Amino acid sequence: MLQAIIIILLCQLVGEVTVLVLDLPFPGPVLGMLLLFAGLVIRGETPPALKAFSDTLLRYLALLFVPAGVGLMVHFGLVARDWLPILAALLVSTVLALVVTMLVLSGLIRLRARRHES
Amino acid sequence: MNEDFTDIWAFLAASPLLWLTTTLVVFQFSLWLNRRLGGGMVLHPVLLSMGLLIGILLLTGTDYDTYFDGAQFIHFMLGPATVALAIPLYENRHQIRQLMLPLLVAGLTGACVAAVSAVMVAAALGADRITLLSLAPKSVTSPIAMGITEKLGGLPSLTAALVLLTGAIGCLLSPLLIRLLRIQDDRVKGFALGLSAHGFGTAQAFGISATAGAFAGLGLSLAGIMTAFLLPGIAPWLL
Repeated sequence: MLQAIIIILLCQLVGEVTVLVLDLPFPGPVLGMLLLFAGLVIRGETPPALKAFSDTLLRYLALLFVPAGVGLMVHFGLVARDWLPILAALLVSTVLALVVTMLVLSGLIRLRARRHES
Repeated sequence: MNEDFTDIWAFLAASPLLWLTTTLVVFQFSLWLNRRLGGGMVLHPVLLSMGLLIGILLLTGTDYDTYFDGAQFIHFMLGPATVALAIPLYENRHQIRQLMLPLLVAGLTGACVAAVSAVMVAAALGADRITLLSLAPKSVTSPIAMGITEKLGGLPSLTAALVLLTGAIGCLLSPLLIRLLRIQDDRVKGFALGLSAHGFGTAQAFGISATAGAFAGLGLSLAGIMTAFLLPGIAPWLL
């Protein structure tokens, strides 16, 4: 367990420091995730302790959103003024994203299946 | 008696323990209530917890900074959780390699459509610039989305709330859209759910089938990575 925590925190630390030093435009933990992924590919398997720790962490992913979500109370003014654009944007973009992704992916899968047949 | 209570309150209000514990208790209660009410998406445990906690803070006259002193210990875990997403990604690597190109193309298109359409609709309706910046990464799972917003100069806590709303909307509307488009492939359903409604969508996809769930995890990770790498680049043109 301790080992798993150390691996994950080290990946995050290296990610954060690299992003800071190289002034990269994306979050440090994302680079940490890529590092861990590369490490797993090199190792060729997920250590069971790491798998157990990440399963626990990801099972409670929803809980981790809560403290930041409560921060909405600080932005009541902004939300009260922009509630219509926000709601419309969320509805339209979520529907579009779902529809476009499903159509493109199922189209490409069908295209490939047809090419494999011929 | 009343004075004792004031003393205790003064002690508790100044220590991180109170709000850390309250957050965990409220979340556990929300999980329980959500299950009792049939697991509906409108009363999603996260949205319910947010509402209850905001109510408690307002009633007790506690400001957000005081609350966050305690809750930051939970918040901190978002970074490690992002790193941990590498593990489901790695576990699904064979399926990924098999469908590499279709998944990349669909993922890229979907992630771009989500971000660009959200910003354009909100901009057309006259939203504030800071709202737009916080809105752009809303389809991505919170830990990544908040990191992106921080980079863009938006409000991470506003993004967190918008991400949660997006997840709830995606879960509500996806069954209808899947039926309308006559999608039968569980890989497609799952991938689209994870891509456009992140963790909420992934949870819903696991309800469809294990395959849908695995592809949802993939969609979630891909959307997160692609948006994190691309959005800071295209945001200046978009806004």
